[in-house]
Amino acid sequence: MKIGVFVCHCGSNIEATVDTATVAAAAREFPGVVFATDTMYTCSEPGQDEIVDAIKEHNLDGIVVASCSPRMHEQTFRRTVERAGLNKYLFEMANIREHVSWIGKDREANTNKAVDLVRMASEKLMNNQPLYPKKFTINKRVLIIGGGVAGIQAALDCADGGLEVVMVEKTSTIGGKMAKLDKTFPTVDCSSCILGPRMVDVAQHPNITLYAFSEIEEINGYVGNFEIKVKKKATYVDWDACTGCGICMEKCPSKKATDTFNEEIDFTKAINIPFAQAIPKKAKIDPEFCTMLKKGKCGVCAKVCPSGCIDYEMKDEFITEKVGAIVTATGFDLFDWTVYEEYGGGRYPDVITSLQYERMLSASGPTGGHIKRPSDGKEPKDVVFIQCVGSRDKSVGRPYCTGFCCMYTAKQAILTKDHLPGSQSYVFYMDIRAAGKLYDEFTRRAMEEYDTNYIRGRVSMIYPKGDKLLVRGADTLMGTQVEVDADLVVLAVGAEASKGASKLAEKLRISYDSYGFYMEGHPKLKPVETNTAGVYLAGACQGPKDIPSSVAQGSAAAAKVLGLFSKDQLESDPQVSTVDIKRCIGCGKCIQTCPFGAIKEIDFRGMIKANVIETICQGCGICTSTCPQGAVQLQHSTDNQILSEVNALCQF
Amino acid sequence: MKVININSSYDSDFVREVEEESGQKLNLCYQCGKCTAGCPYTDEYDISVSQIMRLTQAGQKEKVLQSNSLWLCATCESCTSRCPNEIDVALIMDVLRHMARREGYTGTGRVKTFWDSFLSSVEKNGRVFEVGLLVNYISHTGRFWTDVDLGPKVLPKGKIHFKPTEMQGKKEVAKIFMRFNEESAK
Repeated sequence: MKIGVFVCHCGSNIEATVDTATVAAAAREFPGVVFATDTMYTCSEPGQDEIVDAIKEHNLDGIVVASCSPRMHEQTFRRTVERAGLNKYLFEMANIREHVSWIGKDREANTNKAVDLVRMASEKLMNNQPLYPKKFTINKRVLIIGGGVAGIQAALDCADGGLEVVMVEKTSTIGGKMAKLDKTFPTVDCSSCILGPRMVDVAQHPNITLYAFSEIEEINGYVGNFEIKVKKKATYVDWDACTGCGICMEKCPSKKATDTFNEEIDFTKAINIPFAQAIPKKAKIDPEFCTMLKKGKCGVCAKVCPSGCIDYEMKDEFITEKVGAIVTATGFDLFDWTVYEEYGGGRYPDVITSLQYERMLSASGPTGGHIKRPSDGKEPKDVVFIQCVGSRDKSVGRPYCTGFCCMYTAKQAILTKDHLPGSQSYVFYMDIRAAGKLYDEFTRRAMEEYDTNYIRGRVSMIYPKGDKLLVRGADTLMGTQVEVDADLVVLAVGAEASKGASKLAEKLRISYDSYGFYMEGHPKLKPVETNTAGVYLAGACQGPKDIPSSVAQGSAAAAKVLGLFSKDQLESDPQVSTVDIKRCIGCGKCIQTCPFGAIKEIDFRGMIKANVIETICQGCGICTSTCPQGAVQLQHSTDNQILSEVNALCQF
Repeated sequence: MKVININSSYDSDFVREVEEESGQKLNLCYQCGKCTAGCPYTDEYDISVSQIMRLTQAGQKEKVLQSNSLWLCATCESCTSRCPNEIDVALIMDVLRHMARREGYTGTGRVKTFWDSFLSSVEKNGRVFEVGLLVNYISHTGRFWTDVDLGPKVLPKGKIHFKPTEMQGKKEVAKIFMRFNEESAK
């Protein structure tokens, strides 16, 4: 093999602490190397042209670039060598920036280490083989998990782009958290007025199939060809026949069912439709509250239903859907604030969450849009808002800023004044985070026009005083302890990853951070991709996000799916495992350890052998280190290639 | 109000010493004020506890060690248990108190006298002997009328004895003081 080596200065990033000319000179002595040079910016256009020219001039058939991390530019240089007519796997990269120049200051030691890394790369390159990707056809349907505003946006954009969309929503209606909101900041426009039509579009779009009250049971396959098992949970109502007339709900005698849509500020019936604009507007029975399902007595709903759609015998149903890409938009849940004993830990009825307050403000909520104290139904006069409850608090394991509480608190303070002109709102805050178009102006308006009293400091305790609540906090700007006699306390509860997010991540084979939020492919450059091909993210499942950002991500994820589906065939990555059938003894260890289910047993002339399904294999290499025979080899990281690197490093 | 020069008034040795002795990282404090919000003595303090934290962070040694708040702190640890950043604020107050005493900052002189009278009473009697403490404190400060109004209230309840009561383990307590004196003399 005739190898060419290019040692990059990366401006001063590498050259400042590595003598690149010496590295290039040392490389010329390595076996196989016929050409070596140092260049200012190898990734630049002239830098790449230099590689192409050298390949032609010196008849090179392998290239080593010593520069940055392969994560940065491996794809760039693979395209360069391809442009010069070489197979792109006859290229190796030595990372002398992140692994050398950025982490050490000793120029001599750095230069020596860089020489070692280049030697390793060129020794490996001598064992490289040209690899060729295979092509496979893709199923141009997309699965959207979660029917909140991000999922709705992704679904509609994909459907308008001509794709068939399958949407799976856990609860019995789509709309997510946004459907629960009264108004939205900073425009104070009605949340259901802007979301409602979008929800109807989802229901009526010919390209969208909606499975509400359903969950993802199993996900198999790979980009382009996923197979999804969806569990349609039993609703005990035949949704094909149900017209959503609501008579069952009206007549149901069981009145103490948990009302999750209204954040439990009231009860609902055992058979219920969450709210008037629900999509689909269908009734479902909560079995734990239904007398018929618990004791076999009652049956009122079945008697009154004009379309005879009640079915007490209904069971969960499983459906298989085949799709080529997946968008997860599973959103967030609220932090369980009852860990704050100093705020009453849930014992005081007039200490409520921001989302409960939102339902109270909403005209379609249980109080019909009237602000009432849960304890005695009286209108409050002094309303205290406490920010950062379960945000920016290491002691409860939530050090991050939820990011949108400052804004909705300002909105709620404004709405409080609108609803109750004689009221006074107080906001305990630490910092006001209002970075967004028209956001800071909005919080200023809460103070300047609505006379909201902003107090800078946290609250250390709340306790009952007569029929009021005494809120004791600090005003750090005055440097004193302060007290407010409050009628109602609203906690700006922070967001956390939705319940079950980590379980779904395991089914999707995507990573999540220590708080359960899904990891994007790159924090800046791949915001909606994941590290699993064909799986995309939208909305707050990736981290707390307000509505505009969630919608933007929904559209971004749809654009990625449409881009993926713009081709009829995809190329598979040839860096996968292959089985040397002569060496395989059929022990099955690789099958057990493969985290992707990519290895299957086959019968080869009466003998059991392992076989890798190339399109499923992700190239992680666990099988190769498990195989007792060395029969499974990961292409481009074979045992011989790795050993040649080790030998290059350990020769002295 | 005096202008403080942030660079020249910053006492890095002070900050380092407080951090070393307390094992706490002062930069964790983001001034939310929850310690002040929960402190039962805020109304008696000359400098609130969150401001003590800020002044310490900013290396304002003189101002911190002169503060009366250090001596009024009851070590109830409300600040420690409420701190969202899990800083042991009460321990920092303790460290500052030690430092103030060691370096001759004792708030008002009376505070030091009271603490010394209290400890010498415990050393002698195994526990505090109130009348002895009173006599000792008054003889050093001349504040004869301090709390004299409380006398008629506590005397009939038998709370005050004119002789030290005998207690078990008196010698052991004395040994603790002995050991402390030996250790601190080293």
